[in-house]
Amino acid sequence: MYRYIANRVFLVIPTLIGAAVLVFLLMRLIPGDICAIRLGSGGTMADPRAIARCHAELGLDRSLAAQFIDFAWGFVRLDFGVSMWSGKPVAEEIAARLPISLEIALMATVLAIVIAIPLGTISALKQNSWLDHVVRVAAIAGISTPSFWLGIVSILAVLEISNLLFGAPWMPPIDYVPFWQDPLRNLSIAFLPALTVGYRYSAVSMRMTRSAMLEVLREDYIRTARAKGLIEKIVINRHALKNALLPVVTLIGIEFAFLISGLVVTEQVFNINGVGRLFVLAVQNQDYTLTQALVMLTVVTFVFVNLAVDLLYAWLDPRIRFG
Amino acid sequence: MVDLPYTAALENTVEAPRARSGALDFCRREPLGTFGLVLVLIMAVAGLGAEWIAPYSPTANDFAAMTEPPSWAHIMGTDQFGRDLFSRIVFGARTAFIVGFSCALVGGFAGLVLGVASAYFGGRIDTVLQRINDVIMAFPLIILALAVIAVFGSGVFNVILAITIPLIPRCARVVRSSALAIREVPYIDAARACGFGHTRIILRHMVPNVLAPFLIMLTAFVGQAILAEASLSYLGLGVQEPVPAWGLMLQGGAEEYATTAPWIAIFPGVAIALTVFGFSLFGDALRDALDPKLRDR
Repeated sequence: MYRYIANRVFLVIPTLIGAAVLVFLLMRLIPGDICAIRLGSGGTMADPRAIARCHAELGLDRSLAAQFIDFAWGFVRLDFGVSMWSGKPVAEEIAARLPISLEIALMATVLAIVIAIPLGTISALKQNSWLDHVVRVAAIAGISTPSFWLGIVSILAVLEISNLLFGAPWMPPIDYVPFWQDPLRNLSIAFLPALTVGYRYSAVSMRMTRSAMLEVLREDYIRTARAKGLIEKIVINRHALKNALLPVVTLIGIEFAFLISGLVVTEQVFNINGVGRLFVLAVQNQDYTLTQALVMLTVVTFVFVNLAVDLLYAWLDPRIRFG
Repeated sequence: MVDLPYTAALENTVEAPRARSGALDFCRREPLGTFGLVLVLIMAVAGLGAEWIAPYSPTANDFAAMTEPPSWAHIMGTDQFGRDLFSRIVFGARTAFIVGFSCALVGGFAGLVLGVASAYFGGRIDTVLQRINDVIMAFPLIILALAVIAVFGSGVFNVILAITIPLIPRCARVVRSSALAIREVPYIDAARACGFGHTRIILRHMVPNVLAPFLIMLTAFVGQAILAEASLSYLGLGVQEPVPAWGLMLQGGAEEYATTAPWIAIFPGVAIALTVFGFSLFGDALRDALDPKLRDR
């Protein structure tokens, strides 16, 4: 087990270095001088002294190797530099928006688990029944429906329903309030975006639960459990589901790391000032320091969530650590 | 290894009826997959024949008919500039298919070659390629696409580039795992013993044997690329006006006119969802049909 952990942790290092090099080089591939583009946006000519100052601030007047070391070392110290757009430290910009994004991501995960595992299990147990077909179609629809469109349609539905019930349209608030200050207001901000992102997430997990359950239900030990007269509930809960959930746990972990992609678009629809929206604003405003910090943060989150999932999987399944 | 003339002739005579009965068998066994294929074909025909199907120009403004509800004159209504939504959706199908197929084909074939080569050569080449794959796969698709767009800017070509890059390692990873199993089978050793070159072994003996997982992935890639393009266009970072694109149609007035003209938000979304739904259903059915383990499930 220790050898497996060491090997897996060791693999993280080249991935992170490679990702840092890729992000660093990608941002340096921008055609022209990023300071001239930024300062001269709108077709105006930028002052050469302002451009020189911008170069010095970003460290662009130094060698590529020195810039990379600075970038990587800054990242290790959580010092991502200053936003080219707002002039505030990037860490500050991200920290202000992280709570709402994290809350939506966690709510989406809970919703996905609550929907996916029971429905995926029932679908596998009632294979080829009408219920199975409905669940499968709903799952494929979840993967196919763009989350931003689902967001627009859900806003439309809330407006229409509230208008019908209360005689005036109601929209969820957009200004973030922490849960402990006003739980109702906080949940009314986060619930719809979480449902929108969670539907796709649950669809992916539902398909995996169904397919893993079908695989496990055909195993010899399930036949043995049934042959020795165990009641079906125990066979399903104790023998089948426990083993089928292993790949589902992995998928839920990986999808959690990918939630940022869903949030990028969904936060835009619901006008939520989270990390996803910040990402879009950074790209739109050509804020390269902010963009590279956000890309790198996403990658680091993904790599570490992946590592945690792999280690958890190895702990749960001895075939992996001894394989 | 040697192509005998009579074998080729025999293959030519039996191939057509076998393909026809195979297609019929697929339709019978996979009704949902067939439905998916029909959806995809409808959208493809709409995209190909947009000039003949669309009653109006997708870019023609009619300020006398702004935000008009669906009627006989405009079956899906008009948007806030008086443009016919049905015509824009039909032309949008072309944009979606151009982006979807370009990304899937380029990304898929690059991934196919890299994945098979990685498995075939093994050793250091495999290790280096896998580490590069690890790095690129650590970027979620939309995030890497946004980073590429931040560098190169928006527009159809840059969107295709931005979506294709993340697809390559995803394809290479799946193809490699299938190719690793094939590398060990005796006919590859026999091909080496015959003195065939690496290119011939890879292209003629390994690639055809990993085509099943590759084709399944290709259908999924087209759907993913269409969704990614729609998301980027919705964010204003993908295809730009006046090119008709489904995501872009939702960016304009969809939210602003949500209560007064909901058709602006509904129809483009339905078009995206139905197309990707079609590709997903067809891809799933293809997987079930090509994987003997799943055939009876």
